[in-house]
Amino acid sequence: MDLTPRLELIGITKRYPRVQANNNINLKVMPGEIHALLGENGAGKSTLVKCIYGVQKADSGTLIWEGKKTQVTSPNVARRLGIGMVFQHFSLFDAMTVEENIVLGVSSKVVKAGIKERIIEISSRYGLPLEPQRYVHTLSVGERQRIEVVRCLLQNPSLLIMDEPTSVLTPQEVESLFKTLNRLSNDGVSILYISHKLQEIKELCHTATILRMGNLVDTCNPKNETPRSLAEKMMGRSLEKPTRKKNSQFGKPQILLKDLSYRAKQSYGTDLKNISLEVRGGEILGVAGVAGNGQRELMNVLSGEELGNKAESIVISGKNVGNIGPNDRRSLGMVFVPEERLGHGAVPQMGLSENAFLSGFTRMKLANNGFLRKLKTDKYASNIVTNYDVKTSGIRSLASSLSGGNLQKFIFGREIIQNPNIVIAMQPTWGVDAGSAAYIRQSLINLAEQGAAVLVISQDLEELFEIVDTICVIYEGRLSSPKQLEDITLEEVGMLMGGVIVNSQEDNLLNGI
Amino acid sequence: MIIEFVIPALLTIITASTPLVFAAIGEIVVEKSGVLNLGVEGMMIVGAVGAFAVTVKTGNPYIGVIAGAFSGLLLSFIFGFLTLYLYSNQVATGLALTIFGVGLSALLGHEFVGQTINSLPKLNTPFFSDIRGLGPLVFEQDFMVYLSVFMAILVTWFLMRTRWGLALRAVGENHDAAHSIGFSVTLIRLFAILFGGAMAGLGGAYLSLAHTPLWVENMSAGRGWIALALVVFASWRPWRAFFGAYLFGGITIIQLHAQGFGVDVPSQVLSMLPYLVTIIVLVMISRDDFRIRISAPACLGKSFHPHG
Amino acid sequence: MVFKLEPRAVPSRVMIYQSPIIAVLLTLLAGMVMFRLLGTDPLQALDAFFIEPISTLDGIAELLVKAAPLILIAIGLSIGFQANVWNIGAEGQLTIGALFGGGLALAFYEFETPFLIPAMLIAGTFGGMIWAAIPALLKTRFNTNEILTSLMLTYVGLLILSYLIHGPLRDPDGFNFPESRLFHDSALMPLLIEGTRLHIGFLIALGVAIFAWLFIFKHVVGFQIRVVGLAPAAASFAGFKQKRLIWFALMISGGTAGLAGVIEVAGPIGQIVPVISPGYGFTAIIVAFLGRLHPIGVIFSGILMALTYLGGDSAQITMNLPSAVTGVFQGMLLFFLLASDVLIRYRVKIN
Repeated sequence: MDLTPRLELIGITKRYPRVQANNNINLKVMPGEIHALLGENGAGKSTLVKCIYGVQKADSGTLIWEGKKTQVTSPNVARRLGIGMVFQHFSLFDAMTVEENIVLGVSSKVVKAGIKERIIEISSRYGLPLEPQRYVHTLSVGERQRIEVVRCLLQNPSLLIMDEPTSVLTPQEVESLFKTLNRLSNDGVSILYISHKLQEIKELCHTATILRMGNLVDTCNPKNETPRSLAEKMMGRSLEKPTRKKNSQFGKPQILLKDLSYRAKQSYGTDLKNISLEVRGGEILGVAGVAGNGQRELMNVLSGEELGNKAESIVISGKNVGNIGPNDRRSLGMVFVPEERLGHGAVPQMGLSENAFLSGFTRMKLANNGFLRKLKTDKYASNIVTNYDVKTSGIRSLASSLSGGNLQKFIFGREIIQNPNIVIAMQPTWGVDAGSAAYIRQSLINLAEQGAAVLVISQDLEELFEIVDTICVIYEGRLSSPKQLEDITLEEVGMLMGGVIVNSQEDNLLNGI
Repeated sequence: MIIEFVIPALLTIITASTPLVFAAIGEIVVEKSGVLNLGVEGMMIVGAVGAFAVTVKTGNPYIGVIAGAFSGLLLSFIFGFLTLYLYSNQVATGLALTIFGVGLSALLGHEFVGQTINSLPKLNTPFFSDIRGLGPLVFEQDFMVYLSVFMAILVTWFLMRTRWGLALRAVGENHDAAHSIGFSVTLIRLFAILFGGAMAGLGGAYLSLAHTPLWVENMSAGRGWIALALVVFASWRPWRAFFGAYLFGGITIIQLHAQGFGVDVPSQVLSMLPYLVTIIVLVMISRDDFRIRISAPACLGKSFHPHG
Repeated sequence: MVFKLEPRAVPSRVMIYQSPIIAVLLTLLAGMVMFRLLGTDPLQALDAFFIEPISTLDGIAELLVKAAPLILIAIGLSIGFQANVWNIGAEGQLTIGALFGGGLALAFYEFETPFLIPAMLIAGTFGGMIWAAIPALLKTRFNTNEILTSLMLTYVGLLILSYLIHGPLRDPDGFNFPESRLFHDSALMPLLIEGTRLHIGFLIALGVAIFAWLFIFKHVVGFQIRVVGLAPAAASFAGFKQKRLIWFALMISGGTAGLAGVIEVAGPIGQIVPVISPGYGFTAIIVAFLGRLHPIGVIFSGILMALTYLGGDSAQITMNLPSAVTGVFQGMLLFFLLASDVLIRYRVKIN
């Protein structure tokens, strides 16, 4: 075997205005090696690969490509060297066809050399079926990822970078992706695989480089490690699992959806079809599913940001609320934590105090005859900051100046202090550091223990299995029937997420598992 | 009889529509790249004064046309620099461009008020021009009319059939993705903006060299804004914009002829027609919210910050 | 030497206020270059443009007369701009307001009553609101872009004025001149300083500015307007009704523009004429940005912008420069402002 590393990084350093993203990172990837880049959110994995791929420019450090010192100034240069990359947020164009998307991502030389035949050849060789004339917005997430992979492979890369490729896939799709990656590795292609999922790294990768807060912590063989030891290296301490008493005595239903159907308002949205569910006091219900299967619409309909339903299709605390807006629902004891923190749950350019007012003014009575009660609002905001461990320089700091985890704690605090009896949260710990994530999960559990009904919509199965009592899956706008966590396995949830077994909740096939 | 009435009417329609064709097709390219330049009116009027001034000085309207395009292009460069390199708000910058352009054109045009020029000559195609009726209509226009048709074809071909056209649309659709694939979002947008500026300048040049070969302050009279409306009306498709421009040209002419025939309506009311029709057309198109969102470039009006 | 922009960790609050000053200085510099190109002595031209017009009491009175409508309109526009409602048809709303208020003055010609002026002001405000209600209705009901509709309606409004002044409103004893009768004394704005044209319109503008400040920063609806402009999704999360806010923003900006219109016809003009405003409705857009969309800032930027009008007139008289210089100045000022604003979020690094 060739002993020249395909890629070697020496002392890569990159600073952003507020953070040290990479500090003196060294890394070696051999031909055919599947090399994991492991770390928490914000550890600097994405920045490092962006420097390799030429999207970002490192402040200092050396990149050696197949034994030669090289400057990668742009993705075009990277591609010419033989580096391909599949982004976490796909770089695809929804309004264009699969073929157009592929053409855009490869050099004109490749296009001229008969791109159609090559697409077919690569698709069949690596098990990546595609329909070139379909529009991207009609495709599932898994299919979209295939476009990205095929687009990379068309350039005959000798190094393929994959940024969190499995975070949006069903377990079954993950399995087939791994087959493809192993085949590539056997053909001599090196793979730089970014993830924070320990189990898959153990299963797939030959080597792992672990980053923490911009620093290299360790390089090891993951096969010799346990998930626990990897986790400790990644986080620098052992993580406590959230604790909760097992509770099967739930209260009365707090929120009821009855045969709710909804036409999506956004372009390329998903319609909701005949959704029924109930969440009882003290219960945490999880809605799993691959992104884009109607989660956003479900969230907006639940919060009342999008109306257009029959009043009786949503019942909270015995009242029909399908046709009333967010504030009327808040006054009935319902609070919401949307998926997007900046711009949806909080106004980036406003201070924390004003952001506290944003969703708190109804229940906390922060307005008087239409005028803002500044002192009371400030007190409420300070309360959130102290009680929910929000690290900030003060309640006048702009929301955009907080880290993801701190802002999310602020938003959770803002909602929880309002003493709700129903909490709806979407992707509560997405992009949040592990410490804050654990804190947020624990506060959701505490809320349920105090008798609130909690509904969590999340793509993170690990998170759901950690905190929920009951789980169901949303697929193409339909909801599977809820199952007690003990009665369903991860694999079964995965199949439901992929649309296998059951297409609608009426036909009750699920009960046969 | 019909020929005697219809042909002259059609001829004037062509004259009234051509400036709109240039401006609207230019703006389509700009918007397809994800940039909303509301300064079309300003670029047009500066194009008009630039073309007129150079024609007066050189006596050659063809050089005037080039000057008009160049004036529009220069003005659009200010817009491009501010929005692409200094990340200024596109709406505000476009408005500034119009305010500045109107002022600048009045200042530059000051000494040309009341001067006359040789207007853009009509071409004469041997044999074909002599065809009764159709001849003058199709074969005896000035070269800019043919150029406007050619530009519609060229832009359609460029956007739909070339790699760079695909790249331009991609930049307008998702600039982050285009950037990470390796396209220079800023450069592609700059070229689109400059092209749009030159096209608006050509539209202006047509106004002061062919439509009414004179310089009058504010002579674009809102045509730049109508061109912007045409882009929405056309759902960002060059050929629809082309026919939309002729529709508007037609309305302008109906209004002129109605006045000529002594229709008993105050002239001001007739002059309102193009503006009112613009509003009505916009309403009809925009009420189909879904269609607008599907056909509008997804990044339209958003600044691109390469720093991530 | 290479200049590079580097994002700041947090937007600079100081720069928000420094940027307009930088812009004014750059505009003055560019203005000197422009005067040089026009073949005049730059310093003398600047003196004629910016110093001479306000070197007398009369000049200062004129300055405030011109500032009043600019401030009024800009306050309304800045509320709209904050909500991302781009009403650029203030010129048309001003015209219709002037017609409503002025029409009332003509309808009650020679009525001696102290109520006439207040009634005219209300009518003018109402007229501007009606004209702004059309884009509001079209935007909320049919999703039609308010930039284009409000602008088209400006052309329509000016043509309505032209029609009325050539017909129904024409002075019967005016030898067919397209002008209305001169307003009667009770339909004229009371003067603040006798012997000048300065009238209470300026005080009204100041009052509206203070009222607007209270409204934007202390009232829930003002809060809602700021949120909807900064983060529309957060506004709907908070349960703010966006359509209502669009209506609100257009009603306020249309109303202040209409008020400015009636103040003009009942103030310095004293009758309805074919050209009521020298583009105040458009200039107010610049005033609003230069004043940072802040009512108090708008007072200062309104006065500054009024000076460019006076300066244009003065430069025309004393140095024979075309009055279009005013428009160029205003355009440049907005360009430089938009350019300097980059310093709020970025800092310049020199390599």
